[in-house]
Amino acid sequence: MPIHREGDNMGRIVVDIMPKPEILDPQGKAILQALPRLGVDNFVAVRQGKRFELSVSGEVTDEDLQRAREAATTLLSNPIIEDVVAVRRDEDAQ
Amino acid sequence: MSARIGVVTFPGTLDDQDARRAVTAAGADAQVLWHKDADLHGVDAIVLPGGFSYGDYLRCGAIARFAPVMELVCEAAERGMPVLGICNGFQVLCEAHLLPGALVRNTGQTFRCEDKPLIVDNADTAWTSRFERGQRIIIPLKHGEGSYQATPADLERLEGEGRVVFRYDGDNPNGSANNIAGVTNAQGNVVGLMPHPEHAIEVGFGPDTPTGIRRGLDGLEMFRSVLDALAG
Repeated sequence: MPIHREGDNMGRIVVDIMPKPEILDPQGKAILQALPRLGVDNFVAVRQGKRFELSVSGEVTDEDLQRAREAATTLLSNPIIEDVVAVRRDEDAQ
Repeated sequence: MSARIGVVTFPGTLDDQDARRAVTAAGADAQVLWHKDADLHGVDAIVLPGGFSYGDYLRCGAIARFAPVMELVCEAAERGMPVLGICNGFQVLCEAHLLPGALVRNTGQTFRCEDKPLIVDNADTAWTSRFERGQRIIIPLKHGEGSYQATPADLERLEGEGRVVFRYDGDNPNGSANNIAGVTNAQGNVVGLMPHPEHAIEVGFGPDTPTGIRRGLDGLEMFRSVLDALAG
């Protein structure tokens, strides 16, 4: 397990996962119903997903991205109910 | 010698003691199995009980699937050993791909806890042979993420092959596709269901039935069924 040291560059990959459009998202629905209570009434739909941040020590390599894609489809998401919508380098990470 | 049925405990499992009690009430020996176990201690069948394994982190059952004992459970299931997943155990079996589909949050956005009538749709599995097809039984349920979902192709195959084992009778408590409460694999040795048969095994502690308060014993028949299958 590589250990992050002070001063190392730490690269980061972001994985975004969303429930499939055809799967009802009760959490998104509950949020949608709560928004008008804050006076936010301009949204007609809310869907809630998940964001994962996978860090590596040093720059993100193509292999890191490939492994992140594997992790995204095998563990981080369940393909029956969720879609992996993005696996990308986080350009803001340092 | 009586049959030995293993009950797996993951961190966060809650109903393992009740499941062992049900196994004993049916006349078998209950064997404790720990999530880190590297062998199955010679069990003849396995129960994955309810609870919140690994805190339901990531998705229900998603982390438990990678527990050391699950590799052995999967191998045993593929060899034909009877495996029953109850509630969180059903979620683990789906995540481990021993059963098709997945369980998502209840559509009504509420945790449901009630005595629930079910219709037995398949009485030929290792865990349901003591029922008749079409029989109405009462089993308690208690879950927030029990809505059974599968791809249209998987649903069609389950229905076509008669692999829906239980359906909710009357009200659908969680939005499950086709009112599905439980399913089985192609061989009929692996069964998963959201309701809790281990909570319907003892007079005084079971669901209410037309015969009286807390007298429901329908769950016990599932544990007796597997003993028939093992004696087979």
